[in-house]
Amino acid sequence: MSSVAPADLPIDKELADGEAVELAEREPGTKAARVKKRLTSRTATIASLVIAVVWTIPTFGLLISSFRPAELIRTTGWWTILQNPGFTLENYATVLFSSSSSSPQLGSYLVNSIAITLLGTLITLVFAAMAAYAFAWIRFKWVNWLFIFVFALQIIPLQMSLVPLLQIFSTWLRPMQAWLHDVVPIIPEQNYLPLWLAHAMFGLPLAIFLLHNFISDIPADVIEAAKVDGATHGQIFFRIVLPLATPALASFAIFQFIWVWNDLLVALIFSGGTQDVAPITQRLAELVGTRGQDWQLLTAAAFVSIVIPLIVFFSLQRYFVRGLLAGATKG
Amino acid sequence: MTTPDLLGKILQVVMGLVVLAAVVGLLIFFIDKAPKKGRDYWQLGLFLLPAMLFVAIGLVYPAIRTSFLAFQNNAGEWSLDNFIWMFTQPAAIRTLINTVLWVALAPVISTVIGLAYAVFIDKSRGEKYYKVILFMPIAISFVGAGVIWGFVYDYNGVGDQIGLLNAIVVAFGGEPVQWLQTDPINTILLIVIMIWIQTGFAMVLLSAAIKGVPTEQIEAAELDGTNAWQRFLNVTVPGIRGSLVVVFTTISIATLKVFDIVRTMTAGNFNTSVVANEMYTQAFRASEIGRGSALALILFVFVLPIVIYNVNVLRKQREIR
Repeated sequence: MSSVAPADLPIDKELADGEAVELAEREPGTKAARVKKRLTSRTATIASLVIAVVWTIPTFGLLISSFRPAELIRTTGWWTILQNPGFTLENYATVLFSSSSSSPQLGSYLVNSIAITLLGTLITLVFAAMAAYAFAWIRFKWVNWLFIFVFALQIIPLQMSLVPLLQIFSTWLRPMQAWLHDVVPIIPEQNYLPLWLAHAMFGLPLAIFLLHNFISDIPADVIEAAKVDGATHGQIFFRIVLPLATPALASFAIFQFIWVWNDLLVALIFSGGTQDVAPITQRLAELVGTRGQDWQLLTAAAFVSIVIPLIVFFSLQRYFVRGLLAGATKG
Repeated sequence: MTTPDLLGKILQVVMGLVVLAAVVGLLIFFIDKAPKKGRDYWQLGLFLLPAMLFVAIGLVYPAIRTSFLAFQNNAGEWSLDNFIWMFTQPAAIRTLINTVLWVALAPVISTVIGLAYAVFIDKSRGEKYYKVILFMPIAISFVGAGVIWGFVYDYNGVGDQIGLLNAIVVAFGGEPVQWLQTDPINTILLIVIMIWIQTGFAMVLLSAAIKGVPTEQIEAAELDGTNAWQRFLNVTVPGIRGSLVVVFTTISIATLKVFDIVRTMTAGNFNTSVVANEMYTQAFRASEIGRGSALALILFVFVLPIVIYNVNVLRKQREIR
């Protein structure tokens, strides 16, 4: 099992089940029972509506405000939008494209976020899949102990790693980065490498654990048959294991994607904070500190930073839920 | 962003992909060409090599080193200064107290609201949409959530209040408050953000667990003349106890490690700091490596029992199925 049991229930199916039960419940019972049921369900409906509204309002207010002119945001509440109408895309234009040094210039940070997330996810996934295959299908006695050890590493909080890892990176990685900058001048001296490596390092124990669970469930017959046919481990890994493990790979990839995209701590420590490397979350946190009252900028910037994970969330919800439940203890 | 900048970034990503592909290709090449003698060992070692290297450099060695650093002072001598500081300085003690407050409030409230909501919307029309609404914040970064709520908590010195919370206070005839600067309400308001994010997680897990409670049991209780509350307490809750524990412990761990919210909203000022934030401040802002390491170690010690308990519960759950 790659995740907590409930996660395997797809949300669509639950809905269908719910409707079926609802139909069944319409059969007549005693009058009193019916009234009682309706009453409790009415209170329940109201309560859930209230919670739903309370949960949505903050995000809704942010979204509305991001389209309002700065002057209106500053003087009137967003809930008075009907009395004080106004619509503008200028906030988004400013945060994304304005090149004046005082503006957020989110464009480059957005590119950074994409670059960091892309390889931060891919490296983790590839190396974890290789390790998981070895743990599952190349059997030695002590390998199990090694696997349990890797699994146990999940309990180390990120904070335990930061100081020594930064020292290692500045001793060993910094000269390499400087050399690369000398050879290829358009690659800045601060590059993505430390972030890619750090995210991979922190993501691997969980990734190996999840993928191992899935890969070890592949029927032994399949692997044995391939071996009999003369397939090497490399061929088995690429032609059989990876294709069969796609659902698990997708679940973890989405989890890791969201995790890396939304990360602030790792970025603060390893990115150096410049436009060359820093992801959008770091820039946003910085803006809150320096431009805390410029809500026209903050609202638009925040929305730019959350829109991509939200798209991923809405389009791949089922995988997302699974990956998230499985990886809930990470970090 | 200039065009050369963008080109440099794209080039980096392409180079990264090429190097990754080359490394994997090379490894697989050597795996398949491994010498006959001790072949399995070679192949195993090469498959594991990159991951083990990463884990050793990124986690094992640093964790050990941090544990040592925690017991050294700035001069590099062995001492307990860092821990003495942590448990005697008022600011440091406040950090610990705040962390305890976070862990006392966020997991309980998230779980309770998540459970109530899951029960309320169970089998109702539009359940799917209800779920999405509550679950959505989990895709939003803590920083983004910080901005969203910072706007709610905004304080306007002159003119109308544009922050929702102060607008409500004013509408009821109160005086607007500088929420984030006012101790101790500011910590509570930061915890609200955490609850906002984690409730959806609790709800999705518990909702699925509730659907796993056998209908026969509920119907039997119904025939016995119990009311909805009794059924909930005596049938549903025992039926989902395992999931409740997992949800609760998981949110507890996340809450213990909370960093981004505090960093973004107050940077730990106005008496809002927590252990994870103070660790960052001490180690990377104040260059107090020893103190930062000691705080990291404390975090580890806090998290450890919860994780062990959580893993045990999960394992039992799996065995039962």
